[in-house]
Amino acid sequence: MLILRCPNCGIDADETELAPGGEAHLRRVGPEASDDAFEGYLFHRENPRGVHFERWRHAAGCGKWFHAARCTQTLEVFGTYSAQVTDPPQDIRDAITARRPGWRWRDIE
Amino acid sequence: MTTRLARGGRLLNRGRALEFTFNGKRMTGYQGDTLASALLGAGQRLVGRSFKYHRPRGLVASGAEEPNALVNLGEGGTFEPNQRATTQELYDGLAAESQNHWPSLEFDVGVANNYVSRFLPAGFYYKTFINPRPAWKHLFEPFIRQSAGLGRAPKERDADVYEHFHVHVDCLVIGGGIAGLAAALKAAEAGREVLLIEQTAHWGGRAPVDGAVIDGAEADAWVKNTVETLEGMENVRIRTRCMGVGVYDHGYVLAYERLTDHDPHPDLPRHRLWKIRASEVITATGALERPLSFAGNDVPGVMLASAVRDYVVNWAVSPGDRTVVVTNNDDAYRTAIALKEAGLEVPAVIDARTAPEGPLVERVRALGVRVETGRAVAKVKGRAKVEGVAMTMQAGEGAVLEVIDCDAVAMSGGWSPVVHLWSHCGGKLVWDDAQAFFRPDPEKAPTGADGQPFVRVVGAANGAMTTADVLADAGADAQAAPEAAGPIEPVWIMPQGAGPELRSKMWLDYQNDVKVSDVQLAAREGYESVEHTKRYTTLGMATDQGKLSNINGLAVLSRSLNAEIPQVGTTTFRPPYTPISFGSIAGQARGDMFQPLRRTPMHAWHMANGAHWEPVGHWRRPYCYLQPAETVEEAVQREVKNTREAVGLLDASTLGKIVVKGPDAGRFLDMLYTNMMSTLKPGRCRYGLMCNENGFLMDDGVVARIDEDTFLCHTTTGGAEHVHAHMEEWLQTEWWDWQVYTANVTEHYAQIGVVGPHAREVLDLVGGMDVSKEAMAFMDWQDGELGGLPVRVFRISFSGELSYEIAVKAGYGRALWDMLAEAGREVGMMPYGTEALHILRAEKGFIMIGDETDGTVTPQDLCLDWAISKKKDDYIGKRGQARSHLTDPERWKLVGLETVDGSVLEDGAYAVAEGRNANGQRNVQGRVTSTYRSPTLGRGIAMGLIRRGPERMGEVVEFTRTDGTTTRAKIVQPVFFDPEGEKQNV
Amino acid sequence: MKRYSAFAIAREALRGHIGWERAWRSPEPKAQYDVVIVGAGGHGLATAYYLGKNFGITNVAVLEKGWLGGGNTGRNTTIIRSNYLQDPSAAIYEKARSLYETLSQELNYNIMFSPRGVLMLAQTEHEVRGYRRTAHANSLQGVKTEFVSPDRVKELCPIISLEGPRYPVLGALWQARAGTARHDAVAWGYARACSDMGMDIIQKCEVTGIRTEGGKVSGVTTTRGDIGCGKLGIVVAGHSGVVAEMAGFRLPIESVALQALVSEPIKPCMDVVVMANTVHGYMSQSDKGEMVIGGGADGFNNYTQRGSFHHVEETVRALVETFPIISRLKMLRQWGGIVDMTGDRSPIISKTPVENCFINCGWGTGGFKAIPGSGWAMAELMAKGASPLADGFEMHRFREGRFVDESVAAGVAH
Repeated sequence: MLILRCPNCGIDADETELAPGGEAHLRRVGPEASDDAFEGYLFHRENPRGVHFERWRHAAGCGKWFHAARCTQTLEVFGTYSAQVTDPPQDIRDAITARRPGWRWRDIE
Repeated sequence: MTTRLARGGRLLNRGRALEFTFNGKRMTGYQGDTLASALLGAGQRLVGRSFKYHRPRGLVASGAEEPNALVNLGEGGTFEPNQRATTQELYDGLAAESQNHWPSLEFDVGVANNYVSRFLPAGFYYKTFINPRPAWKHLFEPFIRQSAGLGRAPKERDADVYEHFHVHVDCLVIGGGIAGLAAALKAAEAGREVLLIEQTAHWGGRAPVDGAVIDGAEADAWVKNTVETLEGMENVRIRTRCMGVGVYDHGYVLAYERLTDHDPHPDLPRHRLWKIRASEVITATGALERPLSFAGNDVPGVMLASAVRDYVVNWAVSPGDRTVVVTNNDDAYRTAIALKEAGLEVPAVIDARTAPEGPLVERVRALGVRVETGRAVAKVKGRAKVEGVAMTMQAGEGAVLEVIDCDAVAMSGGWSPVVHLWSHCGGKLVWDDAQAFFRPDPEKAPTGADGQPFVRVVGAANGAMTTADVLADAGADAQAAPEAAGPIEPVWIMPQGAGPELRSKMWLDYQNDVKVSDVQLAAREGYESVEHTKRYTTLGMATDQGKLSNINGLAVLSRSLNAEIPQVGTTTFRPPYTPISFGSIAGQARGDMFQPLRRTPMHAWHMANGAHWEPVGHWRRPYCYLQPAETVEEAVQREVKNTREAVGLLDASTLGKIVVKGPDAGRFLDMLYTNMMSTLKPGRCRYGLMCNENGFLMDDGVVARIDEDTFLCHTTTGGAEHVHAHMEEWLQTEWWDWQVYTANVTEHYAQIGVVGPHAREVLDLVGGMDVSKEAMAFMDWQDGELGGLPVRVFRISFSGELSYEIAVKAGYGRALWDMLAEAGREVGMMPYGTEALHILRAEKGFIMIGDETDGTVTPQDLCLDWAISKKKDDYIGKRGQARSHLTDPERWKLVGLETVDGSVLEDGAYAVAEGRNANGQRNVQGRVTSTYRSPTLGRGIAMGLIRRGPERMGEVVEFTRTDGTTTRAKIVQPVFFDPEGEKQNV
Repeated sequence: MKRYSAFAIAREALRGHIGWERAWRSPEPKAQYDVVIVGAGGHGLATAYYLGKNFGITNVAVLEKGWLGGGNTGRNTTIIRSNYLQDPSAAIYEKARSLYETLSQELNYNIMFSPRGVLMLAQTEHEVRGYRRTAHANSLQGVKTEFVSPDRVKELCPIISLEGPRYPVLGALWQARAGTARHDAVAWGYARACSDMGMDIIQKCEVTGIRTEGGKVSGVTTTRGDIGCGKLGIVVAGHSGVVAEMAGFRLPIESVALQALVSEPIKPCMDVVVMANTVHGYMSQSDKGEMVIGGGADGFNNYTQRGSFHHVEETVRALVETFPIISRLKMLRQWGGIVDMTGDRSPIISKTPVENCFINCGWGTGGFKAIPGSGWAMAELMAKGASPLADGFEMHRFREGRFVDESVAAGVAH
């Protein structure tokens, strides 16, 4: 039963208020994309046992989307941040490094 | 014989006698009794039968760990199976029955299993009942099912109610013994918001029973003081009869409060499930005593030493006149003392240790009790009750030295901290060799959202086994004198050299009948993991979930494997700590409260006018309106005909309505819909299709452009929330720099369809707006006034008829509906429901999301290419639709289907093709998506998806029927009625 | 291997059960095998078994990082059914179901397959149409199912409440030959048979790397040393992504928690399995008497084998409404497992980009019922390079948009 702080409204939201939205920082590809790129965008997913970045929506709250950096093994939350970024911000990366030195996710470290 | 003692009983109110029945027999107890103590007090030693061998069973324990004394309680709507007699407080009129026997508790035919028990070793059922094959289903399994199970199945709906309670606290303390009280006080004094819960009805735990002295006084006094202090603090809440169920991630804890189990009351909630979020959880859950494994340790009258003490001290019940104490540690000597102080006889203390010493041992010796050291029980004499114990050398193989007459045995194999709650959420354990138990590993605590430990364990649950240690561990300011105690000597079987005959009489799991020999057999057969052994033997899988048996069992296993206990490890601790009612989990969400019910403003009118309801999501919509003496089928046919020939009235309020507004709204909708929406003129409507990124159709509806910056998007009834979320997801997470707002205004407006040849007349009768062909063309919308109400009228049609959909603020919905219904009376208007709506659209070949689509169908499959803009570079789903499988010319496409004989095709029928595939399945070439009897055409009509369908017009294909035959149907255009659209364009 | 029988039990009973052999050997790994299977759950063991039985390949090792059958094989709600909509699903699940029917005799190990029947309730008009469609599809697939009336539902399951305040039971899809089995026994029975064929089941042996030479698999590195192999099968539900990464390819998979729970045991009151998908819950009664209950999966990646309580709450709430008598029963135990979810919620039984390396994963919430069929298909795929039962479940189907989507008929994924 997770609690995530919604960065939009500042509430520590219970999991029952939240809707999970899968992997974060996917880059949409359109009609021009190759089969490979489109398959990757739609289906290939990071599935790490450890540090993971994902999307959530404060569905039964302010309705806004946000990002969370979380450990899938311990459920530790390293931080939540705006949905309107294409990469994890530095303070979140630092927070993860403090707890999980040497972490890596996709090509982010 | 067990009896009530004349004096004592710290929890009893002898002033209030309570009547109860057990197996129909009337008995008397006192206020403060548990059902268990009352039964013992009334001389009832036999309380049940075991699961597998149906052996006679008596009470072993005094608390939640009791494996034997489970009863059927109550009757009718308050009947409950498997209630623990030890945790059920006595009330006047309580009616209990013992379980798992036939015909009676005293004489149980099932006990035959006991006499052939050597043929029923661990896992025997995996090795037999194999042949002949049908015998398992028809013979063996029914027999096993009948003889297994415990309590009876309830017959009636639960008469009680339940509730949930949500709370956030700084500090949750679980356990109201001295450790929990001290820890709660400490936290409260630090100014924290504290909740303290205790599963029994009493504070103080074991300390008062065990004669603890705190700050120079009896423990009871300190407990009373501390509780009073806590009660007086504003930042503290305390609850008895409230058990910590489980600790979950991020400080989520469930607690189970039994509000009226001790005093049934029809109007009050029976149980309350607390959902707690705690910054810190302190578990002060104490420890449980372990049985000793000696032959006959399951004979009624053999009890845990601590339980014997509880019954004597708390409830003034004698478990027997002559009680032999068997132990491997000092603590059980307290039982000998308690028995002696109550005036009962203790013929001997049999201590497996060769040289026990210490104050407790000396006190017992001083009381004149015979203490036999280095000795063991070879065997308990007696079958349905203890008649004596045969004493032997612990170091030997079981040669009997002496038979000691007794009618009860108090055993203690040491203590195990209650580590369940610590373990639920990932806390790890260490094996404490000196004290022979697992205790929480402080280095490996459960961690919370911040990665820091959030559970702390104090007191006996943490392995602190003396009053002084407990208080110190809990950080108490109070003091107790240090107690000297001799070391425990781990004894896993008794005597240590016992042979197979004795080992097959040593019970580990009393309820499931798992013996030492079973665990050893499992290990021998290769079921070496502790999980294998558990599952193969069923050790620890009974209703006590191994509270008594687990440690003894895995010690036996580790010895069988020549491994150390910590290497073998424990099975996983899972919630709940003790079982909780399903009713409490469901809470208030019963009956009408099960889910929210969404009603349109016209709901009551529908109700009053014969609505036959259909659940659609959380909405209820009229499927049809039944007139007197009419079937559902007849009503639907009538509604369709009336709408085609006169006029129909439809409550369309459930349709989703989403406002999309902003300078980039047009651009946004161009991405969202397959159509071009940005070119739509204000005042006009356009039918739009919405796909997901896979390219599959997910929703459809009419989009109206309100002004340059504003669109109103209609969705399907079931799709409103989903489509709105879909829009927001793209706006917030992909195109967040686009200037667009969305708002789901579905419930803000009532929407009413006036549909049919007389539709215009009806609106004219209500009056206020020019809705003539000239003033409002097909696919126009206008704001205006009808009957004095501000309305927005859309001239759109989902039926092929002249049709207006009128939106009005929800509060005016019923008023407008009434006006329309009244006006329509003159021209034969009738309301129609969802099924007529479906038929009307199917006659026109309009698709329905969820019928023609199922999540794998593209707009192209439905020949809706006209609604897919060729001018746009991109829309959601465009790339997905370009994948090889989606552009395959062999795809199934939408066509109309006309049965050759005019009959109605079956729902979901498949079109068969020649031959079979490699897996022997019949090949298919299509399927029916919608099928109805058309009252307009007087025959069956259907739509379906057929391989290369549109290229095969006129071809006849065969469709499956439930009876195994097929129906022939011709492939036709999907528009069955008024293909030129003459009726709607009037 | 000494055969199990009533006679063997009697013989052993009279001599104190000292003659029972180990059910499976516990050997040291050899340096090289023809085939290595990673994962000794039901699917991995069944794969090994059918490699031996159907193709005579017995120089096989099955490697298990924990204890055999310790993953989802031992954590599920034991339902076996094959009333699936799509042809590939119906084929493999029906193959599994039919193999289950005779598995006890074949393995000489009683897996207690109980063909007690499964009812899938239709509680909306949409579900009625969906299940009618499934019944039509099943009739062509050789799967015997029928759509039955509410009265028949009540007859088959008297404790059900047909009214339901919100969702009346409008009928049900009934598969009479579906049922349940003893889950652990399936793994144990296959393990015993594999061991008897000379295969090595190596427990407490974690694979830490996959070795390749020239794009072909050559072996694995493990916590118990390097082990060479000609062919490699990865059958590690819940951990497939992690192992696939060792082989250097990605999977369209996410791992989430799925929960189940049981009540305390009571005397028999329910002879069938009932699934109520509109309200997200299903229930059956085990031979021990426990009501075995399952519901929906969590929606976020999670390796803890613990789920979130609100799923349990939702499921129990639904079932208390559907079966009012269970309100006063008590939840004895709840637990969780990790399941692999693919893009279409159907499994992957496929070749991989690495030659001679095969993968079987993504069973989502439906793995147990498939075990024999899955093992059969995987063994054929590994031995012959192709299997009709695996057709449709290839990895590359997602790229083509060719889904095996079971959620389409009535929202029933697995």
